[in-house]
Amino acid sequence: MPDSKAAPEQPGSGGARATLLSLHGVGKVFSNGVTALSGVDMAIREGDFVSLLGPSGCGKSTALRLIAGLSTPTSGAIERPGAAGNDTVGFVFQEPTLLPWASVFDNVWLPLRLRGVPRAKAAPAVMEMLARVHLERFAAAVPRELSGGMKMRVSIARALVTKPRVLLMDEPFAALDEITRFKLNDDLLDLWQDQRFTVVFVTHSVFESVFLSTRIVVMAARPGRVFRELAVEAPFPRNETFRTSPAYAALCRRTSEVLAGAINSTTGAGHGGH
Amino acid sequence: MAAIEHPARPLDAEEARRVRRERLERVGKWLLPLLIMVLAIWLWDRICVWNGIPKYILPRPGVVVQTLYSDAGLLFSSLLVTLKITFLSLLLAVVGGVGLAVLFAQSKWGEMSFFPFAVVLQVTPIVAIFPLINIYVDNQTAKLLLCAWIVAFFPVLSNTTLGLNSVDRNLRDLFRLNGATRWQELWHLRLPAAMPYFLGGLKIAGGLSLIGAVVAEFVAGASGQSSGLASRIIEAGYRLNAPRLFAALILISLAGIVIFLVLSLVSHLILRRWHESALKQEG
Repeated sequence: MPDSKAAPEQPGSGGARATLLSLHGVGKVFSNGVTALSGVDMAIREGDFVSLLGPSGCGKSTALRLIAGLSTPTSGAIERPGAAGNDTVGFVFQEPTLLPWASVFDNVWLPLRLRGVPRAKAAPAVMEMLARVHLERFAAAVPRELSGGMKMRVSIARALVTKPRVLLMDEPFAALDEITRFKLNDDLLDLWQDQRFTVVFVTHSVFESVFLSTRIVVMAARPGRVFRELAVEAPFPRNETFRTSPAYAALCRRTSEVLAGAINSTTGAGHGGH
Repeated sequence: MAAIEHPARPLDAEEARRVRRERLERVGKWLLPLLIMVLAIWLWDRICVWNGIPKYILPRPGVVVQTLYSDAGLLFSSLLVTLKITFLSLLLAVVGGVGLAVLFAQSKWGEMSFFPFAVVLQVTPIVAIFPLINIYVDNQTAKLLLCAWIVAFFPVLSNTTLGLNSVDRNLRDLFRLNGATRWQELWHLRLPAAMPYFLGGLKIAGGLSLIGAVVAEFVAGASGQSSGLASRIIEAGYRLNAPRLFAALILISLAGIVIFLVLSLVSHLILRRWHESALKQEG
């Protein structure tokens, strides 16, 4: 399969799709002198499922925060031709990050509530989102009554309740057990195929990134940068059959090799750190 | 969730021991302090009898109870006065403490500038400040209130400030991403997050406001015409009326215990659904 520096055309994309977001030579230097990102170019188009894959310290979470607008780049520029401001961005953190005192319903309602939508008016959208993540029966529960996987579902429902065009996810399933993670991966792909939003997904798992993505951006550390972009040319829907197929295994091996290259390009260059 | 029960299955030795120990602990938690209390009162009574101590030095417990009954009108009206000061000052402590904490949370500069003043107020013994208050404030009730407030407001302020500032970073980002205003962030995020801290402070402040009310009256008592429990104690002390002194003391500590229990209950009711501190230990 082809992998190239330039963003390749997506399989089945049917030609050019609108660019939602693009990073041009983006760098970020923190006040303590650490260069988190340097010269990052990246284009994210409508309907993409892009994974940012890399070792810890490669700046993938920083890149996500920059894309979200939670942080501003030191150099370069981020263009959002397809998106007007933050209103079209949903964010899922590594932890579920729910309000512990609020019910599941109230947690999902929150983004709408902050936009001034009253409870009764928000209820249909909230209940629909809860049904999509299979939690409609738990609307009245509080977070501590839920399992880790269920909490993450609430978090995803909350991120999607405003119908954002871009969903940003920062290692959302890293803390979950494998069985739960597989299930959530499947459900996320279902949602993505159904609602056609765009996903930028930060992960350090090769298997997860290959299973989910249309495109993988492999990043290297010190300074954080884009090492290589890979297209994942496997058809959707992807399911258990895909997860156990030789094609999947081959894609994983290929991605692992690139990731190994990214990690090797780091060692020796770094002083400090580990 | 209901536990699944297997009444037919016999417990192994370890589990049986555990069940037995838990049952004992449940009973002992109430019985033991009660038993010790009864024993102590009995011992107190015996010491009075064995040594023939006159009742103006150490009255027998029975005499104290009798006094509690015969002086009820006087003592309870005094208790009411003390409780009024206590609750008013607690209310003011909550309003002032939370209000200041919210101001501090809105402005880091405000917190940096004014928090030291709160600390100064807290660490200076109220008894030492009182003569000044006595000069500046005329109204007796206002004097007592001010004193009790100074003693009680700090735990509310410092706990609430801590709570307002210890909000999960990601949650704050979430609010930012959703374009929340300062007011929305305060109302929907910071205040609820500060609730457990505030309630912890409130529990301390409840006891302190009673102490503040009594101490303030003690210091003011010499000059004042106050009639709270503290002045009853001073008065009884001058007259060597030890039974009444004891009766007043008992009322004060009972009031303190009730305040603590009520505030603990309030705290439990508010936090029981979501906060770790209010959860029963499972398994």
